[in-house]
Amino acid sequence: MVLVAREVRLAWTGGGLWLPIIFYLAVATLFPFVTGPDKLLLAKTGGGILWIAALLSSLLPIERMILPDRDAGILDQLVVRGWSDELIATVKIVGQIAAFGLPLLLATIVASALIGLPEGRLLPLMLGLALALPALSGLGVTIASLTAGLQGASALGGLLLVPMAVPILIFGAGTMDENPGNAMQLLGATSLAMLALSPFAAGAALRASRG
Amino acid sequence: MQGFSLSAQVGDILWIRGANGSGKSTLLRLIAGLLPPSAGKRNVNGDIALADENLGLDSNLPLEQALAFWTGLDGASSERKHQAMQAMDLHALADVPVRYLSSGQRRRAALARVMASGAPIWLLDEPYNGLDSANAVRLDDALLRHAAGGGIALVAAHQSPRINVADTVTLGAAATVMVS
Repeated sequence: MVLVAREVRLAWTGGGLWLPIIFYLAVATLFPFVTGPDKLLLAKTGGGILWIAALLSSLLPIERMILPDRDAGILDQLVVRGWSDELIATVKIVGQIAAFGLPLLLATIVASALIGLPEGRLLPLMLGLALALPALSGLGVTIASLTAGLQGASALGGLLLVPMAVPILIFGAGTMDENPGNAMQLLGATSLAMLALSPFAAGAALRASRG
Repeated sequence: MQGFSLSAQVGDILWIRGANGSGKSTLLRLIAGLLPPSAGKRNVNGDIALADENLGLDSNLPLEQALAFWTGLDGASSERKHQAMQAMDLHALADVPVRYLSSGQRRRAALARVMASGAPIWLLDEPYNGLDSANAVRLDDALLRHAAGGGIALVAAHQSPRINVADTVTLGAAATVMVS
């Protein structure tokens, strides 16, 4: 719990939280300028745009997830104390969900108002984002672990994450349909699978980067 | 590094010397469990505290809070943290964010982190680098107190020890020294 609380504190104080949320809201603010004030068009496309914005905003903190702790020797100190790399990765994932989840959902209320999303679409959108958060966090921490210490890690992380997040985006877009039940189930299943697998993938990457 | 064997007993201070690249840091990281040996066995009884080239402290936190994070995680007392800060003359810097510390102050902070941990085994990689003579004497005293209290310290350093040590290990280009 101490380490999860530290992750949340780092996200709140280090810009790892506010920058993605501001980016998310900025996309929601700018999109109507591009499409014009057509309410029907905004209602039809707004949910998808917010899903893409949420995905891209989850990319922004990738460079802050692992690299600062690795460079400062914090990860080494945890390993010396007997923490496994998999447990460290799990803490990072849970911390990212805890730090990013609630602000993203609150920002979604504001963003949906900015984009003119119909009221009936807000709840499925928030539920879908909540279901996708563990998958996005697991993917983010895994890619941050893989690219930590590499030159151009931020750009490389983005290049890796976007294609791997396509299933999440497709299922997420499905939650905006009239019958979102199946898409919700698939999103939940994806998140569960990522929660189960990503600590091992990220842990292996952390261990390899130490050698 | 091949054919290396090292054994330390309670109360020992082992001094590891060697030229740049001879494997002093690698040896400490192997003992700390940060690197797996490609062959052979590592058998450590007791908690380890490591001070190497990385500070191991949150750079954005004031020094005392950064140390408190680790003592909290280690279950060490606040009193131990204050003793460690006193031992390395850091009380005046307690409220200074770690990122503003000079290199010598950062070295002292890392050593205080090791002292505050309560771990019986200290692994110190070039701990005298950046220390002025007064703080080098403080470190000598802390090492002697630790050994007298039943602790073990492995010190990798360029310079010769100024205190009585159990053994000095000199690493060559391909270490084949046996000490036990």
